Amino acid sequence: MNKFFKTLAEKPWEESQAKIDNEHQGKTLSLSKYKLGLRTIMVVSTIIFSFFIIAYADRMLIHDWRSMPEPWLLWANTGILILSSIMFHLTKIASDRQHNDKIKKGLYFIGFLAYTFLFSQLLVWYQLLNSGYYAATNPANAFFYLFTALHGLHLIGGLYFLGRTTSKFLRNNSKVQEIQHTIELCAIYWHFLLAVWIVLFGLMLFT
Amino acid sequence: MSDEYEHKLEAKSDYVSDASSGTSASDIDKLPPAELPDQELYHSHSWWTTYVFSQDAKYIGVQYACTAIGTGILGLVLSWLMRLQIAFPGLGLLEPSAYYQFVTMHGMIMVIYLLTALFLGGFGNFLIPLMCGSRDMAFPYVNMVSYWMFLVAVLVLLSSFFVPGGPTGAGWTLYPPQAITSGTPGHNMGIILMLVSLVLFVAGFTMGGLNYIVTVLQLRTRGMTLMRLPLTVWGIFVATILALLAFPALLVGGLMMTLDGLLGTSFFMPAIVSMGEQLKYEGGSPILFQHLFWFFGHPEVYIVALPAFGIVSDLISIHARKNIFGYRMMVWAIVGIGALSFFVWAHHMYVAGMNPWFGFFFATTTLIIAVPTAIKVYNWILTLWRGNIQLSLPMLFSLGFIVTFLNGGLTGLFLGNVTVDVPLSDTYFVVAHFHMVMGIAPVLVVFGAIYHWYPLITGRMLNETLGKIHFWITFVGSYAIYFPMHYQGFIGVPRRYFEIYDSPYIETSTMGLNVFITVAALIVGAAQLLFIYNLISSARLGKKAEKNPWKANSLEWQTPEMPPAHGNWGKEMPKVYRWPYDYSVPGAKEDYIPQNVAPSAVTEAKVEKS
Repeated sequence: MNKFFKTLAEKPWEESQAKIDNEHQGKTLSLSKYKLGLRTIMVVSTIIFSFFIIAYADRMLIHDWRSMPEPWLLWANTGILILSSIMFHLTKIASDRQHNDKIKKGLYFIGFLAYTFLFSQLLVWYQLLNSGYYAATNPANAFFYLFTALHGLHLIGGLYFLGRTTSKFLRNNSKVQEIQHTIELCAIYWHFLLAVWIVLFGLMLFT
Repeated sequence: MSDEYEHKLEAKSDYVSDASSGTSASDIDKLPPAELPDQELYHSHSWWTTYVFSQDAKYIGVQYACTAIGTGILGLVLSWLMRLQIAFPGLGLLEPSAYYQFVTMHGMIMVIYLLTALFLGGFGNFLIPLMCGSRDMAFPYVNMVSYWMFLVAVLVLLSSFFVPGGPTGAGWTLYPPQAITSGTPGHNMGIILMLVSLVLFVAGFTMGGLNYIVTVLQLRTRGMTLMRLPLTVWGIFVATILALLAFPALLVGGLMMTLDGLLGTSFFMPAIVSMGEQLKYEGGSPILFQHLFWFFGHPEVYIVALPAFGIVSDLISIHARKNIFGYRMMVWAIVGIGALSFFVWAHHMYVAGMNPWFGFFFATTTLIIAVPTAIKVYNWILTLWRGNIQLSLPMLFSLGFIVTFLNGGLTGLFLGNVTVDVPLSDTYFVVAHFHMVMGIAPVLVVFGAIYHWYPLITGRMLNETLGKIHFWITFVGSYAIYFPMHYQGFIGVPRRYFEIYDSPYIETSTMGLNVFITVAALIVGAAQLLFIYNLISSARLGKKAEKNPWKANSLEWQTPEMPPAHGNWGKEMPKVYRWPYDYSVPGAKEDYIPQNVAPSAVTEAKVEKS
């Protein structure tokens, strides 16, 4: 923030400033463009979810609100997400140390966990729909379906990039350097999705 | 190509050493070696990837602009039909439902699918990489997908004209509950298609916005600090940040309303009786939608205005041959307006009713945001002061913009106050206000910008005579349209009515004025078709433009070829030695010093002394 204000205070027309500016290399932040892109996406996603949470908090106050039961499967799914976050962290460490075998296993396992999570979320939907908790019955239900669907869509987006990373790694086997950065970014994204899920699940749990 | 380029480079370096006899050129121009590698560039291989699914930001920009302008023409035709209906209700031209559908589509098309897409998608894509001195956007593939999402969004929107029930007629604000209850035209299919189209637009825009942000921050050329960027880039950059923060509100509101319409959830729908029948909805909050909508809707005004501010600053500076007055303050104003724009949204909701202190807060912030805006207007005028004003087309449009924006901005100050807004809100005064400030003013900048950058895009100049006709009809004509509307608002003519007969409470002058306004609107609209004709015919028949025809400093005119080729910069990236506003520098041979001219080439100029 300080740096930002300092930038805004520069006088680009002064000779002394021109000397400093001429040495500028053209980058504002010392990040890769991919990392900055990912951060931008995460900011936008955070804002989207924040708006939903605000809408949730606003809607909750009206008398027709009936909280929804949390099936035990949701706890299991939370566990799956935590496990895949841990796995991703380990895979990242493995990629830093260039342990090819561990990376491959890790990526496969994370992919498997993600699909399991998605499938299991659908199962929760199926259970709830079968016991009569439709989206139209109560706003709490509607928010539940909305949250899970959006979170799932985010994960599917992440899976696309995970898939690309994995296949790239398999194609030119043993070239870890090429995918180290993507693994790091995917790991960040996975932790982010875990955080989002914990906030959403906590919100639904305690209200 | 590269041979020729090297040759030119050599010629230039000769010139450099001549000019700096005495001091050693290499000494003054000394720069550290580049630390960052040159950007990797995607090269197209087939006709499809070159001309259709192009990943070149310049090409995508043109695609965006053409799609946006094409949609805008539809919006224009809709406004013609509406004006004909208002002036001549006896003709029975439109059904009431059709009138509301056209109002809605006109508003949505003009604000989002024309202006937002044109400023950010069109000018943003074309100008950001060129002005920052990069080869392309950060993620060209994502950029391409962004355009195609936009196109799909437009197609979905247009398809709503052909579904049963037609497009939605809920007004461009799409307020529930009326948007999805029977009685509103297009309450079943139309509104859903509209919301889907908006969601697609937001998704597509987010991809584009990601590119603009990352490119501006990370991919500038050497020597190009943030404070050396032209104000155009600053305007587009801050507008993109606003859009990335504000569009999620629209997305959330849109998604939730889609579910209300499709699944029967009650996010926004209260318990309601429709056509004597109790609907299944219960407990939803329509006000919540209004908050979400306007949390997006007000920054949206500045998403359109900030690029216009930035572009007009550059146009004025270039065509008055003077450096922009108060560059830093202009940047601060852009950033300040951007930040403040998130704290004024509820001034659109005064008539919805709110806690007086809430209204007081938003009236205050609305008046505060006028301060940086006024600073900008002063700075434009002070830039013109004793400048060498060239009355070229871009300058004419810029001058038209300043007056129009001032006009619309001042009525905005009145409307920002609750007590003034409440009686005027549902009258033509508001229509006049927002068309002046958000319709005519940015559109004048769009025209000025197109006349300015058309040579860069096509290599040819637009026809000057046609342009002058276009300018005067548009400028005078839009005042003929909107000044009477202010008056109509004062005498209480309500907006949104599809016909106004000689109702006892309406002044008799209203009918005559309505006819006058409609005739003016038809003429102004026809002038736009003249402009479109100019755009198309000049691409082939226009006078060939020389290189850098306006003698501008910013990097987009300094490419080795004009129009710039794929990759923009030939073999070597440009190096930047100064800000883009060195016009009429005392002592310099020419009255402009482009950003990439080395100091040794202009030792006699007293650039930095001012």
